[in-house]
Amino acid sequence: MKVSPLHERWRRFKNVAALTLAGVCAVVVMAPVFIILAYLVANGIRSVNLEFLSSLPKPPGEVGGGMANAIVGSFYMVGLGLLISLPIGVGAGVYLAEFGNTRFGYAVRFMADVLNGVPSIVIGISVWALLVVPMRSFSALAGGVALSFIMIPMIARTTEEMVRAVPNSLRMASLSVGATYARTMWSVVLPAARGGIVTGVMLALARAFGEAAPLLFTALGNRFWNFYLDRPMANLPTQIYEYAKSPYQDWHRQAWAAALVLITIVLVLNVVARVSTRERFRALR
Amino acid sequence: MATAISARRAEDTKPTQPKISTRNLNVYYGQFHALKKVNLDILPNRITALIGPSGCGKSTFLRCLNRMNDLIEGARVEGSVLLDGEDINDSRTDVVALRRRVGMVFQQPNPFPMSIYDNVAYGPRIHGIRRRSMLNEIVERSLRQAALWDEVKDKLRQSALALSGGQQQRLCIARVLAVEPEVLLMDEPASALDPTATFRIEELMQDLKERYTIVIVTHNMQQAARVSQYTGFFFKGELYEFGETAKIFTNPDRPETEDYIRGRFG
Repeated sequence: MKVSPLHERWRRFKNVAALTLAGVCAVVVMAPVFIILAYLVANGIRSVNLEFLSSLPKPPGEVGGGMANAIVGSFYMVGLGLLISLPIGVGAGVYLAEFGNTRFGYAVRFMADVLNGVPSIVIGISVWALLVVPMRSFSALAGGVALSFIMIPMIARTTEEMVRAVPNSLRMASLSVGATYARTMWSVVLPAARGGIVTGVMLALARAFGEAAPLLFTALGNRFWNFYLDRPMANLPTQIYEYAKSPYQDWHRQAWAAALVLITIVLVLNVVARVSTRERFRALR
Repeated sequence: MATAISARRAEDTKPTQPKISTRNLNVYYGQFHALKKVNLDILPNRITALIGPSGCGKSTFLRCLNRMNDLIEGARVEGSVLLDGEDINDSRTDVVALRRRVGMVFQQPNPFPMSIYDNVAYGPRIHGIRRRSMLNEIVERSLRQAALWDEVKDKLRQSALALSGGQQQRLCIARVLAVEPEVLLMDEPASALDPTATFRIEELMQDLKERYTIVIVTHNMQQAARVSQYTGFFFKGELYEFGETAKIFTNPDRPETEDYIRGRFG
């Protein structure tokens, strides 16, 4: 069979075109991250300074001040959320992995997935009705609870996957020297699954840090220091929202800076999660 | 000289009381009748080998002896298993205490992803031993009994996963010995190991039988003949024949036994 040179060249051209297209798409996937980062750095880097990181907001109209309370507030409420969601999420994950092949288990797993998909603004409103209304005050507690609703399903599902991946032979070995099931979980299975669970928790933390919607109606925000659970608390996402829509030039500048700080926290958490995953797989090999 | 005499005495005087006896033991997995009316006496300080083709019920039988079948979904056990005359299938039996008395070694070496030391100390620790000096003593003694001490004494803090397969299996034996069980169940303990490691495990079993009652499931006929004093032949869920190993391997009563050990099936 003879193939005309023209046809041959057309075929090569199509091959190269298809490869190029796929490559371009791959680059486009990364592009938004770089655009966001470049934009934030360009607009925010000059405003991230000691004053910004260490002082309280100035009254509207005055230039200067910072977001120390919002940075601390974000850590405070995410920490509170972690305190609530870690035991519940890990406990539920262990239950699902070990005893989850029942109708109840399937229901729990399904609900966790639904909760994972609930728009975060809806979580905010729900916690507002659940806590803010009865307590008659916006509060750090309500903010932490709202964030825990975001983190619980993520932690539960990762824990389930990781505990399932622990070989059954380890459970058998522990039980056959006379350990109880609970002891086996605590001393053998959970330590074996720890790396993966930590990764999942890191990703949940990163997500919680960035959420503004659950905090809008719960923690509200605060222009001053607060460490009480039952009072409104400043936090980065709602502060960014408030400053960005304000009419003041100086607040816009600070919103950029806050956004840069926030994304740095999220990025660090993501990178730590990835690195710890890699360590884990290296240890297995 | 003294040890030779005491060893012979242990061989000569046949213990009168069985350590474990099963009476009309039946096991079902759902509809499947996996073990049928098994009556078997296991003597203390002897090695009892269980042989038979795959799926004949020998591993199922072994798991009945420390109630590991409890952990298998859909498994149902009927009949009685007497350990020193007491029925372990009784609802009042403390399963955790039972498994401390009847330890198990599995086919695949399954060390915990911890240090060598922590693997052996795991059992004593969960049973409440906290004192450092005591743990050190138990770890050393168990590793010596498992003939592993000399190879690992300088790297007790290293991960157990870095050991070779044969070493891992001896570590798993040491881990069981650390809780001082009375009975040692071994489910094809050498089938994942090379000949040298297999030989070491078999040697080890001879030492251990001075102090423990050992039941071993094996697919390897030579191994059963080499290590055991008693052999049970399982076939299609039934105990076809049981007796002294020498008799089973030279002059079995049932034709099925003979066919199996001659390698005609299985």
